[in-house]
Amino acid sequence: MAVAVRVIPCLDVHAGRVVKGVNFVDLRDAGDPVELGAVYDAEGADELTFLDISASTEGRETTLDVVRRTAETVFIPLTVGGGVGSVADVDVLLRAGADKVAINTGAIRRPEVIGEITRRFGNQVLVLSVDARRAPGTPSGFEVTTHGGRRAAGIDAVEWARRGVGEGVGEILLNSMDADGTTAGFDLEMIAAVRAAVDVPLIASGGAGRVEDFPPAVEAGADAVLAATVFHFGTLRVADVKDAIAAAGHPVRRA
Amino acid sequence: MSGGPDVVVLDYGSGNLRSAERAIARTGVDVLVTSDPEVAVAAPGLVVPGVGAYAACMAGLRAVGGPDVIAARQEAGRPTLAICVGHQILFEAGIEHGVEADGCGVWPGVVEQLHAERLPHMGWNTVEVAEGSRLFDGVADDRFYFVHSYGVRALEERPGRLVTWAEHGGDRFVAGVEEGSLWSTQFHPEKSGDAGARLVANWVATL
Repeated sequence: MAVAVRVIPCLDVHAGRVVKGVNFVDLRDAGDPVELGAVYDAEGADELTFLDISASTEGRETTLDVVRRTAETVFIPLTVGGGVGSVADVDVLLRAGADKVAINTGAIRRPEVIGEITRRFGNQVLVLSVDARRAPGTPSGFEVTTHGGRRAAGIDAVEWARRGVGEGVGEILLNSMDADGTTAGFDLEMIAAVRAAVDVPLIASGGAGRVEDFPPAVEAGADAVLAATVFHFGTLRVADVKDAIAAAGHPVRRA
Repeated sequence: MSGGPDVVVLDYGSGNLRSAERAIARTGVDVLVTSDPEVAVAAPGLVVPGVGAYAACMAGLRAVGGPDVIAARQEAGRPTLAICVGHQILFEAGIEHGVEADGCGVWPGVVEQLHAERLPHMGWNTVEVAEGSRLFDGVADDRFYFVHSYGVRALEERPGRLVTWAEHGGDRFVAGVEEGSLWSTQFHPEKSGDAGARLVANWVATL
């Protein structure tokens, strides 16, 4: 047997609340990330990812509290990202109960911070989150973006993933900004291009709409699949996604 | 042990102690996180966690007298559960980035980088449970959460020592050991959902 394909719900958290609408019937409070995290855990999620999109210091404090409370009740790995740019940022999140931390713009701004973080905490704690889009004319055909996919960072996406691993990240979270929110399926070529460039685990994100979308992402080289909208709105259940991945012949964990 | 905790989580500056503490606490016993070696020796149960680099973990462990604590407990037959790098430092040595660091040397063997193409070995994997294991009672067919790049490839199985194995990318390594009162896992039971909870409960039941 091999390591199971991980299915990872992602929650966008702003000032301690889940931002995107949620459609779960049994929740007392559909906007509470802690309660939603517990639901996903019960449904068989293999990890949880919290993306903190708070801009203010107060918002970040509230998010830390969310991380603390989630770590008290959910016994699966928890990744937290958003605004991470220093060893101190990572330290605070790990102390709050995060198992892994995702870094994005902070690493683009100053790539050396990757090594500073992984030398202190080990490479298993750091996920490089890459927001990429198709860009004909770039070496790989894919470029890194910032500001939610609106601006080009001026870096080739595949080269950036390779560099991130060279600097020390233990995992890549690859988000297709073209596919994100479309529910038209993952960008399989982008997944395959990054897979060919790095040996660390690769999480595919962006574009999932139907259960049939997930197995091709695994076949393109993803070790894990991440989705937000389809889980939040109850369009898909974690178990349904796992059924589809298992039916395609890939190992999954049954909770 | 009137007044003392049932279980001590040894704090030697390594890793996410809170999740280990919570995982033990939810079995209903009293848990204390401390770096006090006397309390750690005397507690009915001791958890030795560990995250990060081998040499750094050993340095932290020595700073709180950890190797002696583990040895004293083993001699007294008091249960100890070591997790991840806490499991690795029980062996003779660890080699990371070409640098060899001495371990506690309780068990023979060297911790070295796995030969798998995909590293770190990250995620939920199955285990090949030792015959007669009490630690894995009821969860032998479950998956557990691993996150590591290093492991031990050889450990002799002999009377009184049960060895549980796992495999990643064609490389087979020690996933768990049960010898006397000293038990260990390469994976993270505190992050392994219900299966991990059962495993922790199995250990707590021996206290």
